[in-house]
Amino acid sequence: MVSTELGYDQLLSIAFSVPMPYEWSVGVYGSLFFHEIMNHNRFLGVRCPDCNKVYMPPRRLCGPCFKELDELVVLPNEGTIEAFSIVNYPFVDPNTGEQRPIPYTYGYIRIDGADTIFSHIINETDTRLIQVGMKVKAVFREKELMQGNVQDIKHFEIVNP
Amino acid sequence: MDHIAIVGVAQTGYEAKIRNKTNYDLVYEVTKGVLDDAGLSLADIDNIVTVSNDFMDGRTISSMAVGEAAGGHDKNISTVEGDGTFGAFYGAMRVLGGFNTTLVVAHSKGSEGSLKHITNAMFDPVYHRLIGIEAISASAIQANSYMDRFGLSEESFAMVSVKNHQNGFNNPYAHMPLNLTVEDVMKSARIADPLKLLDCSPVSDGAAAIIIANEEYSRRAKTRPVWIKGIAHCVEEYFLGDRDLAVAKSLRQASRKAYEMAGISRPVDSIDVVELYDAFSYMEPLWLEGLGFCEEGRGPGMLKDGITLMSGKLPVNPSGGVLSSHALLVAGLARIIEATLQLRGEAGSRQIPEAKTALAHGINGPCGQSHCVWVLSSEQ
Ligand SMILES: [Zn+2]
Repeated sequence: MVSTELGYDQLLSIAFSVPMPYEWSVGVYGSLFFHEIMNHNRFLGVRCPDCNKVYMPPRRLCGPCFKELDELVVLPNEGTIEAFSIVNYPFVDPNTGEQRPIPYTYGYIRIDGADTIFSHIINETDTRLIQVGMKVKAVFREKELMQGNVQDIKHFEIVNP
Repeated sequence: MDHIAIVGVAQTGYEAKIRNKTNYDLVYEVTKGVLDDAGLSLADIDNIVTVSNDFMDGRTISSMAVGEAAGGHDKNISTVEGDGTFGAFYGAMRVLGGFNTTLVVAHSKGSEGSLKHITNAMFDPVYHRLIGIEAISASAIQANSYMDRFGLSEESFAMVSVKNHQNGFNNPYAHMPLNLTVEDVMKSARIADPLKLLDCSPVSDGAAAIIIANEEYSRRAKTRPVWIKGIAHCVEEYFLGDRDLAVAKSLRQASRKAYEMAGISRPVDSIDVVELYDAFSYMEPLWLEGLGFCEEGRGPGMLKDGITLMSGKLPVNPSGGVLSSHALLVAGLARIIEATLQLRGEAGSRQIPEAKTALAHGINGPCGQSHCVWVLSSEQ
């Protein structure tokens, strides 16, 4: 008879590492947003006529007002740091499958004229040189390398520190 | 059961790829549509059930991304990961539990992911996934088991595809109305024996929403309420090999419970129209047996005898069914919507005259692992 006894080192596992492919629609407003970056190196937002809030990136609805939005507004490529974190732990970038160079700074940025926060990388990793409230400016990819996604913005850099 | 009703319905058209709309757009459009249909405002809605699947959306906690589009700002939102009939079941429970109204919304875009990968991932990673089984090959095994048990022919399944694709012409939302002959189906590409291409539903993008209300709010809505008389669901074993695939055991159990709640003893005499989840042609007769409309093995005979035609005693899938439009998760909610439109007398050219009692049905899991049955009536 076969025994149910099994050594711990005999326990098996199944490895699975095949990525599942997707092709997500960016939608009308998302496509307009990235075209504005590709064509003019600047941002788009959308204003709610009921509460006046400016959403950036633009979206179809104001949630609290449940109002459909269509008043697009052109926004500059500058904003203010609202919060940030300098990330130091090793991390495999799910988009590339490669190790993200550390440290890097994850920023919470309010673009001038917007009421919502945009998230991106800030190219300053020295805690002595970065503060909440500092002005930052988007640095875009070279035009011919742009692909219509969030990586068309390379990072934000601090303006006149 | 307390008196609760479906007071609003909305669905998008179903298409292979809705390129200009995100899931957020689709959810918003049917949410707005269902409020307009019911003549209710968002302030009348006190809770929301979203229906989505993370693997379909390619997003963890996929429900969170559509809450705003579903009008969920500051509201109680809960989620069902499964077919829309199950989401609606939970929505009905919430109304029975004390909410006035539940808005149930389902979405999916089959065009954005790889259905082979996604349905393969339903199965056990140790014993089944690595072999490559997915929805189509599992269903082919079920179709063969069903044929072998009862001596059924592939042609009898092909007839279902002919009927439902033809019915699809009467449904302005249908993805794939087709003029077919049995020969066309028989000669279409053999996908997984015995299933041919035209035995299989298309994969669609789309969304749908309903509002379920208690008696008080059903009076506030502008629509003619469609009363929920009986609802039940039941599940069977996870491993395909543990199940008798030729008999829809959990459907028998679920339908018996729903009939009992609705006070129905002879369903074939009491029900005027059926909308069921025919993801593959063979499923329609197999589910008709499970629903107790005929003896086991007699399902295909119902179509041969003309009973399930638009003109028959028990029309089945006048909308064209899932064979004509198959947005995963949404398709079951679309069955409830179609049944509701029939009972409101608003089904247009697919209307069954004087339909008073309708049955809607959805499935979850491979080969109908679980079934959800709805008995609806135009009369309180
Ligand atoms: Zn607003």
